[in-house]
Amino acid sequence: MAVVDIRKLSKTYQLGSVQVPALQEVDLQIEPGQFVAVMGPSGSGKSTLLNLLGCLDRPTSGRYYLGGEDVSRLDDDRLSLIRGKRIGFIFQSYNLIGQLNVVENIQLPMFYQGFSEQASAEHAEQLAVTVGLADRLKHRPSELSGGQQQRVAIARALANDPVIILADEPTGNLDSASGAEILAILGRLHTAGKTLIIVTHDTEIAARAQRIVQLLDGQVEEELDNRD
Amino acid sequence: MFLFRLKHIIRLGVKSLWMHRLRSTLTTLGIVFGVCSVIAMLAIGEGASREAQDAIVQLGSTNLIIETVKPPEEKTDTGNRQGMKEYGLTYDDAESIRNTIPDAQVVVPIREIDQKARYLTRPEVAIKIIGTIPWYTEISPIRVIRGRFLSSVDLQYRLAVCVIDDHIARKLFAFDDPLGLDVKIHGSYYRVVGIVSKARHSEMTGAFGTIPAPVSQSGVVGNVYIPLTTARCRFPELDYRFSGGNRSAEKVELQKITVKVDSSEQVLPLRDILDALLARLHKKQDYNIVVPLELLRQAARTRRIFSIVLGSIAAISLLVGGIGIMNIMLATVSERTREIGIRRALGARKRDIIVQFLSETLLLTLAGGVIGIILGSLIPSLVTYFGNMPTVITSASLVLAFGISAAVGITFGLYPAYRAANMDPIESLRHE
Ligand SMILES: Nc1ncnc2c1ncn2[C@@H]1O[C@H](COP(=O)(O)OP(=O)(O)OP(=O)(O)O)[C@@H](O)[C@H]1O
Ligand SMILES: [Mg+2]
Repeated sequence: MAVVDIRKLSKTYQLGSVQVPALQEVDLQIEPGQFVAVMGPSGSGKSTLLNLLGCLDRPTSGRYYLGGEDVSRLDDDRLSLIRGKRIGFIFQSYNLIGQLNVVENIQLPMFYQGFSEQASAEHAEQLAVTVGLADRLKHRPSELSGGQQQRVAIARALANDPVIILADEPTGNLDSASGAEILAILGRLHTAGKTLIIVTHDTEIAARAQRIVQLLDGQVEEELDNRD
Repeated sequence: MFLFRLKHIIRLGVKSLWMHRLRSTLTTLGIVFGVCSVIAMLAIGEGASREAQDAIVQLGSTNLIIETVKPPEEKTDTGNRQGMKEYGLTYDDAESIRNTIPDAQVVVPIREIDQKARYLTRPEVAIKIIGTIPWYTEISPIRVIRGRFLSSVDLQYRLAVCVIDDHIARKLFAFDDPLGLDVKIHGSYYRVVGIVSKARHSEMTGAFGTIPAPVSQSGVVGNVYIPLTTARCRFPELDYRFSGGNRSAEKVELQKITVKVDSSEQVLPLRDILDALLARLHKKQDYNIVVPLELLRQAARTRRIFSIVLGSIAAISLLVGGIGIMNIMLATVSERTREIGIRRALGARKRDIIVQFLSETLLLTLAGGVIGIILGSLIPSLVTYFGNMPTVITSASLVLAFGISAAVGITFGLYPAYRAANMDPIESLRHE
């Protein structure tokens, strides 16, 4: 069964009296363990789609089933719970909290799910080690390079073992070497069986993906199957 | 889990407040002043109320005190008048009151004389002689600690006995047991038959120890009680005075008459009756009726005005301080919009955000409250020192002050926290 199943999903923004259709009746099914790249020109609705998939926003119409559960009409508290438990976010600009160190940043999603301090700290340290930050545990984000910060963000996205991992241009702010490192880590996650949905302009990421969803003007223009 | 959250939130709050040290400090000043005034107000109020309670015990709530006052000089012939002035309360007054007013339960005439006392060859000490009757113990809060008080036999036979208070016992006899020893006053000897001490209603303690008992003028150490009859025959009622080559004399029989009634409701009606009676007996206004109950009411009125002034200062500072805190918290929330977005994306519910910012505000106001409590505890002792007013800081007032700062934190922190919680997560994440 598809872990992500969206049916005729639309999102229309109201700008004064003008209606801006950001997404129009998008259908998409993603199987568990798939690595999907979402591509398209600027303004085509990639981020809008990702926000809907990530339960940060509610669709104007259509249905969204996450792991079989309809999440398109839930209230704010339920959506928060789903974001915390079943979704891992990776942002273009890392979005770490500056006052917290590496471990504390990774602990944050566990904090909101009521883990104990000790358990979450141990788990956070493990995750930091798996993304190669064993010697940076107590560093603040400002003391890390962009690539290192993005690795912290990936570790944080993994904290509650989410059903899907969503990334919006994760290598957009990085040089090619750091970008390659991040890509390698994402590749490993895919190998480990995680479901990845990545918005990107980066053809190298797209080349790694199993599927490429091309958006244009809020609609799925074409789907490429990359599977060998 | 709860502790983890609390620790996390407090640490984060402290960090972010510390990042803006100056801003945070200035913001809390309003709370500091507000809490200071609250504590000072309560301390002064409490001090005054204990003082009033003490006063009522000393003077008696069911007592009326008639005291002799010197009538104003007649302006007509102030020249070289060498005559004798006779005024004040008399033995007859006391007798009339006792005979004509049935409500007057106890009537105690009092003669007061300033004298010096000596034991053997030890140094003289200044004392006040109180010539009175055995029923004095009914109208005064003294307690016999050794021996006995004056008796009707003493009174009847005009015996040369005396009862001294514990101050004199210490000063005059030091380590000797005064009972049965003789004190020399004005050339005669008086045998000590008892020792009394003043009962105080409450131990008055300020912020820094006990408030010293008021030191009486002219260095009088204490009271020596002798039978009124003895006083009458041994001490002249005439008091000669020389001023500017003129000799004048005054004759006063009694300094006070204290009247005791059954219940405090009878006090005010009796005052009018006494006034009417004395007005008939006296041509001049040479007496004054003091009602301790009324003094108390007056004190309460003064205290109320004081409380209103301080209370207004406290309320205004707390209001202004609270608004300042709300202002700063709104600024903090908008500065940290992105952080709020991140937390929301990672699973924070609205109420988690509210708790976070509310705790931060509370931290700020409670810090202000603690500083205010520390400073506020110093103010009352200054008031006691410079303003000569008793003050009492109760632990309840500290708790109240703490509670007020918490209440201000919650009141003025709710809106910023609510604003933070209701920001759109996507917008917040996009915020620079
Ligand atoms: N909050 C909003 N209010 C109004 N219109 C919006 C809002 N957010 C997005 N849009 C519009 O929706 C359309 C899709 O935006 P979206 O951010 O999804 O594009 P994108 O594909 O992510 O572009 P980019 O590659 O530049 O990030 C755009 O035309 C945009 O102007
Ligand atoms: Mg985008």
